[in-house]
Amino acid sequence: MSGNDFRTPLSRARGLGSAHHGVSGFLVERTTSIALVPLCLWAVYAAIKVAPLGYESAVLMLRQPVNAIMSLLLISVSFLHMREGLKVVIEDYVHTPATRIVALLLNSALCWGLWSVAAFSILWVAFVGGPVH
Amino acid sequence: MAEATSKGKGGGARPVAPHMQVWRWHVTMAASILTRATGIALYGGAIIAATWFTALMVGPEAFGLIMALLGTWGGKTVLFGLTVSVFYHLAAGLRHLVWDAGAGFQPRTANMTAVAAMAFALVASVVVWALAMQTGAVR
Repeated sequence: MSGNDFRTPLSRARGLGSAHHGVSGFLVERTTSIALVPLCLWAVYAAIKVAPLGYESAVLMLRQPVNAIMSLLLISVSFLHMREGLKVVIEDYVHTPATRIVALLLNSALCWGLWSVAAFSILWVAFVGGPVH
Repeated sequence: MAEATSKGKGGGARPVAPHMQVWRWHVTMAASILTRATGIALYGGAIIAATWFTALMVGPEAFGLIMALLGTWGGKTVLFGLTVSVFYHLAAGLRHLVWDAGAGFQPRTANMTAVAAMAFALVASVVVWALAMQTGAVR
């Protein structure tokens, strides 16, 4: 006890220790990184294949089930990995509590938002095909 | 050199984290910084990819616009940078997975794998772009 109040060392320590959730972030980063090895190699291959195509051919390419599924996997696993990755960067460099919370929320919002839009676009092109009206 | 101690709360000398100014530049340090930097670059790359998928859904005009942008010199430079980032971050990630398994920590091994990751990123990117240009995928 430091003498300025009557709190015990235990009451001081409560709520300050580990939340015991730390390992989940670590595991998400590792498991997604393993999945991203083949997915990124496929992404490079697919990017080269799609680069010279016009609109119609690009739509046809994404309508192939293998390409639609791989695109969905790539986008989903990437955004999960990015969210964990940038979370660690923010936690390392942003020390002001308010700024840190806002940065963490923006990171999550950006990842979930972009994932939703990209996943919806992939499914739209795969099932509907043409441009949205 | 700065003293690696500071006056702490209790009045005694306490160790502090090493300062950047008194650190010799290591290849492992550069590898670590590059892992973060390429990770952040790939965050931007994923935003571009998400925009590309969205443009494909929106229609030919939006798709034409993003393809035209990516086809400029600036766009190609960004795409080449992203290719280097993908390959470097991939190699660095594999390095980290080996570390997580408890291996590869000897300074000589760590230095070697750091240089190998950088070399792989450059060589793989040049090979991929050479192939893309040869097959006419990139003009």
